[in-house]
Formats: sequence, structure tokens, C-alpha cells
Amino acid sequence: MKIVAVCGMGIGTSVLLKMNAEKVLRTLGVDADVEAADIGVARGMARDAQIVLTSEELAPEIGDVSAKVIVIDNFFDLEEITTKLKAALPE
Amino acid sequence: MSETLADELSDDAIVLGAEAEDWRSAVRIAGDALTATGSTTAEYTAEMIRAVEELGPYIVIAPSIALAHSRPSPAVLKTGISWVSLAHPVEFGHAANDPVRLVVGLAAVDHDSHLATMSNLAGVLSGDIDRLLEATNPEQLRALIRENTQ
Repeated sequence: MKIVAVCGMGIGTSVLLKMNAEKVLRTLGVDADVEAADIGVARGMARDAQIVLTSEELAPEIGDVSAKVIVIDNFFDLEEITTKLKAALPE
Repeated sequence: MSETLADELSDDAIVLGAEAEDWRSAVRIAGDALTATGSTTAEYTAEMIRAVEELGPYIVIAPSIALAHSRPSPAVLKTGISWVSLAHPVEFGHAANDPVRLVVGLAAVDHDSHLATMSNLAGVLSGDIDRLLEATNPEQLRALIRENTQ
């Protein structure tokens, strides 16, 4: 499974999101590739990803992709990330 | 890569109880601190402000916390981080996480050089941020960060 963490610049917020998503996925025992991307390349990457993680401001910028777009409010809240990822993961 | 967040925050990189009248001024203080440590030129500060103008306040990544940054560019001389706590909270216009009390400035020369710092930062900022904001001098802040980095 492929997950893309998206932010504006690809070096800050998306990196934090990627790290925390990986922590959560390890706890859940889910095997997934998490990549960090800036908004410029995210659309292309999201095409073959199952899940996109991003912030509320950037979610509309992702455009029309088949991946589930998950909005995270607090990038440091592992509980929020866990709940939202769990809901989006395939059964 | 072995450097920890606390070691990277020199006195020049830390501004505690800063007076900022709005978000631009708060980001500028974080940018000035990056420039003071030799990480960036003044142009990078302008780029950080432009990023929010163009993409919105998505840099407010958690309640009270903004991560001011732009992309790697000639304005970045070396990878660095700055820490600015605000005397009075400012609004960035974020729906969930306003107002901001802590601005962390980040500059990176590429996509990988700062990953250890970011990992540290994620650990520290998921802890008790109120305690971090109580620090009144750089030494105390570094001690609190070290405590939370374990």
C-alpha cells in the first residue's frame, strides 16, 4: 500500500506527518510505504496511492484522485492520526 | 545526523517571549533567528512569508504551533532551526489550531539533511507544550527539550 503525506514545500510538515504516520502504522501492524511530497508533485504521486494525508488548507489542492484524502488537524496527535488512518485503511 | 534538537538550538536561534503584532511579524522573528545563526539569508524569511500568503496557514500544524519554512533554495546556507515563543498569541487564520504561541523556523538544504532534527522535534512537540513555553532562558529551554527527547 502507498500513502502520500503532502505539504506545501515537502521538507517540513509533510515530513512530520510521514514520521508520525509510520509510527501509527507500525503500531497497527500495517505494511505501507509512506512518502512525503510537496503539493507540486503530490497530484502525480497520489494517482497510484491509496491514501493521501494532508492539512485542511491543502486538501482542495490535491484535485481529483482515487486515493482517500485524509485531513489531519494536529500533526502531533498520534491518536487523531490513528483514528483517521484506521477508518481509511482497507479491511 | 547525531545532533539533537537541543544542541542545534544555539542562543542566537532562540527568542523567548517575543513581541509580535501579527503572523508576519512572528514569522519574521523566526527568520531573523535563522539568519542570526548563519543558516539563511534575509531572502529566506521573505520566502517563508510568501509561502503562507500563497498556500494559506497550513504551517500551523498543531494547536498553538506553527512550523515556518520554505523550500531548499540559494537563500539557505545550511540546515537550521529556530525557536520563537510569543508573549502574546497571534492568529494565522487557521481553522483548528489558532492562535499560535510557538513558531519554529526551519531551513533545509535538501530533503534529507534535517530528518534527525525533525524526528526530535516531533517527539518534543507531542509532549507538554505548556511547559516548553514556560522557559524563560535558552539554557532552561534546552534542558526541557533534552528531557522530552529521551
